[in-house]
Amino acid sequence: MSIEVADLCKTYGNQKAIDGISFKALPGSVLGFLGPNGAGKSTTMKILTCFIPQTSGTAHICGFDARTDSMEVRRHIGYLPEHNPLYLDMYVRETLAYIGAIQKLDQTEKRINDVIERCGLGDEQNKKLGALSKGYRQRVGLAQAILADPKVLILDEPTSGLDPNQVIAIRALIKDLSKTKTVVLSTHIMQEVDAICENVIIINKGKIVADDTLTGLRSKHSNKSLENIFIELTGSDVQQDEII
Amino acid sequence: MISILFKEISGFFTSWVAYLIMAAFMLVTGLFLWVFPDSSILDYGYAGLDSFFNIAPYLFIFLVPAITMRAIAEEKKDGTFELLATRPLSDWDILIGKFLACLVIVLLTLLPTLIYYFSIYQLGITRGNIDTGAVIGSYIGLVLLGSAFTSIGLFTSSLSNNQIIAFTVAVFLCFFAFSGFDSISSIISLQGIASFLTGIGINQHYQSVSRGVLDTRDLIYFLSFTALFLLLSKTILGARKW
Repeated sequence: MSIEVADLCKTYGNQKAIDGISFKALPGSVLGFLGPNGAGKSTTMKILTCFIPQTSGTAHICGFDARTDSMEVRRHIGYLPEHNPLYLDMYVRETLAYIGAIQKLDQTEKRINDVIERCGLGDEQNKKLGALSKGYRQRVGLAQAILADPKVLILDEPTSGLDPNQVIAIRALIKDLSKTKTVVLSTHIMQEVDAICENVIIINKGKIVADDTLTGLRSKHSNKSLENIFIELTGSDVQQDEII
Repeated sequence: MISILFKEISGFFTSWVAYLIMAAFMLVTGLFLWVFPDSSILDYGYAGLDSFFNIAPYLFIFLVPAITMRAIAEEKKDGTFELLATRPLSDWDILIGKFLACLVIVLLTLLPTLIYYFSIYQLGITRGNIDTGAVIGSYIGLVLLGSAFTSIGLFTSSLSNNQIIAFTVAVFLCFFAFSGFDSISSIISLQGIASFLTGIGINQHYQSVSRGVLDTRDLIYFLSFTALFLLLSKTILGARKW
């Protein structure tokens, strides 16, 4: 069991960002986190990556508790944060070398070359991050997440800002990585869930409203499109036949 | 921690602001020591760097916050703090790495002033009649002062996302810590605890170290002062976990 979350809650003042969510994620599959804005997807990811603590409940990654064994948890995860924060005045290779040094990698050079090739950064590898387009910065963000070859990948909107060609390439990469790792990604894009996720969790207002395999979810909702299922479960006021 | 240290130092020196800050420091000290008649060594006539060590703390009050202001504030603002905090790094690793990096930068800014020492060494009536012991003591005093100010600067940098606020509050706190307590102790109604108040202030300990004899009380003072503000900074950084 790579990720095990039980009854997780996070309260900010009077507002419950996450209200008692529980789920599991296994290696060899991609878990898609879907939800409207403000549903609690990024908050859950921040708790899983030990950035903020939960108010109550437990989160275990690779058997380590996120609250008490946070150093161990962080050694086993790769994280791509929501806004892909990067040091814009550093070069691509320099950034990866820095992250590699922090993670105390052996054979850093080889690993960096590997990761640059996998993420398609070959042509841009000697440029400053500030000079790259958003899509390439996203690729660098992904590269730093997979650099230490972590067992668990937590990706917050990994294809945000990419053009269709890049999106296909990155999705293929994620699918490939998921063969041996546990991948959890959050997204708004239904086609992404269709394309790469085996399991889907839909969150709304801090509560899980669906937790199933993709096929299971579809059959439970009489094979409607994922968009319609999403809207139905997350209670939008828009009529279903107004959806494109 | 070491990787943060190297990255911070190289990051600082890749920007032209770094060289501007260092050049400004050398320019101002140069003007005070060799040009302005009031404080110039050449007009004073004695082979000593007292002028330099008298004005250096006041220059440090502006120099050190300028170096430390971006240490944590920028990371929080850009969101890269999240990147560091989700790596297998403890908050202390991050903080001490940045502290040491800022301290090294302060020392590197101080290094070119050795030229003044060598100049006076050569210019003395008899070559080398400068009081080297006092100069060494004073440089140590400046290093300790630098470390105290750096810890204040790091603290204010962790308080805010905004570098300007970090800078301004650091300048104020450094000034207050250096000479504020001396001024307070001269208030008549506080005469009973006057010596206690001057003892809290940095100035007294700096003057004491500058005499050239390193009293362990002064060393402990500076180390405790630095440790206190680093602890405060760590507390602020850890506040996200409350």
